[in-house]
Amino acid sequence: MKVIVPVKRVLDFNVKVRVKPDGSGVDLGNVKMSMNPFDEIAVEEAVKLKEAGIAAEVVAVSCGVTACQETLRTAMAIGADRGILVETDAELQPLAVAKLLKAVVDEEHATLVLMGKQAIDDDANQTGQMLAQLLGWPQATFASKLQVGDGKATVTREVDGGLETIEIKLPAVVTADLRLNQPRYVTLPNIMKAKKKPLDTLAPATLGVDCTPRLTVLKVAEPAKRAAGVKVEDVTQLIDKLGNEARVLP
Amino acid sequence: MPILVIAEHDDLSLKSATLNTVTAAAAVPSAEIHILVAGSGCAAAAAAAAKLAGVAKVWVADAAPYADHGVENLAALIVCNAAGYSHLFAPATSFGKNLMPRIAAALDVAQVSEIVAVESADTFVRPIYAGNALATVRAGDAVKVITVRTTAFDPAGSGGNAPIEALPLGPDLQVSRLVGRELTKSERPELSAAKIVVSGGRGLGSGENYNKVLEPLAGKLGAALGASRAAVDAGFAPNDYQVGQTGKIVAPQLYVAIGISGAIQHLAGMKDSKVIVAINKDPEAPIFQVADYGLVGDLFQVVPELTDGLG
Repeated sequence: MKVIVPVKRVLDFNVKVRVKPDGSGVDLGNVKMSMNPFDEIAVEEAVKLKEAGIAAEVVAVSCGVTACQETLRTAMAIGADRGILVETDAELQPLAVAKLLKAVVDEEHATLVLMGKQAIDDDANQTGQMLAQLLGWPQATFASKLQVGDGKATVTREVDGGLETIEIKLPAVVTADLRLNQPRYVTLPNIMKAKKKPLDTLAPATLGVDCTPRLTVLKVAEPAKRAAGVKVEDVTQLIDKLGNEARVLP
Repeated sequence: MPILVIAEHDDLSLKSATLNTVTAAAAVPSAEIHILVAGSGCAAAAAAAAKLAGVAKVWVADAAPYADHGVENLAALIVCNAAGYSHLFAPATSFGKNLMPRIAAALDVAQVSEIVAVESADTFVRPIYAGNALATVRAGDAVKVITVRTTAFDPAGSGGNAPIEALPLGPDLQVSRLVGRELTKSERPELSAAKIVVSGGRGLGSGENYNKVLEPLAGKLGAALGASRAAVDAGFAPNDYQVGQTGKIVAPQLYVAIGISGAIQHLAGMKDSKVIVAINKDPEAPIFQVADYGLVGDLFQVVPELTDGLG
């Protein structure tokens, strides 16, 4: 079984977000970029499937600027066998990414796509589901446990009320949630090995995909700031403030 | 052109998220709102939808393929019936998030996820970067597929009397089967809609402590229980208690953060609360930057004292 793992290069989750004063977007100049944490979890899961003898090959795919190569090398350092970069400087939105990924999945004849449930920059939580629809495959989103075998995937999903376990036929798209696994530390030897693994670059036009964005961002602004709070000395003061000042006690 | 709201329900009643979604849909100028209720044995949910204020029509698909609210069959049904709608709305709950992008892709249109405001028929505001920025986006496609952050909209009222009509059934794709559900049972109010939330973090140290320290306080306040990612990862609380960027988004009247440091990703889930209280032994904890009232102290002493001090 060949597993495709899409990985996205995003602002590192620890970096403080700065909105550009002209309102055109978030300032990404000179800031640390990393693999989307949920995608890292997806790569880890795919590599575990390979180590368990269930997956034969794990192929990492990224869409975007040339620097996404670094993200692919990280995926390969975790254990992906190959990387594919669909290279473009154009703005990519989920629908376009889903179409690009579909083209790659079709070419690679993969039967499982494992990817993060959402990217921590746009927080859209769409690409996996869109990809599944375009492929005509079932999906299992927000996975916290995955078992693959017998042409099926049994997935436990984290949902609003708790947990739900579904069984879907392969081929399928599974999106990873936080607790699916804990990604391994990438060791230096594996980083060195990753540099030698194959990394192919494609253009969106080669895949026959029109990536024109459908949503126009008119402006990006900071949310309203909360007024500064106070420290209270003790519980008595806290109860007093909550009851008489804030008036939020039942 | 009318707007279709996809109802989230459990066949017997509507989930409160559906009511907030109707309000969001009603914010689109000149909106005529239809609601779709798909399930198995869902007549009661459909009846409830028909009673919502401002709803012109309720469509029902009541059949076995929709019994488990599985997403592939539901998406196929909606795609078959989407013609003639200018907007498709659903709540940004795990249900709506799972479903709507399939529909958008099938219709070859973009989706606008988790809107917090409607500026016009094609312009919406949504949070990005864990809510550290708000993007105003214009959707250029003829059909707008939208998911709604329910905390940003009031629930729709009642008083309606919409006609209920049966939808022709869609295909049963038989690609997905529900094996089981483990839903947290609690007497407490539902976390995403509760007026008061008592939330615990890693500082509580254990699941036993989480319950022992927080339950009495939550009981006194009639509050829902929430948790930080660290607390859930450590097994102190079930996953559906997690508040944060990728957990539940809450905006209660009062949010009490206990033993929670206040990571960016946690703040994303609760910084729209009306009043925030933080109890933490670390005076430098980032949570104090968003707290209206902060108490630096040992939660194991402070919380029981607080619980006792409340009426």
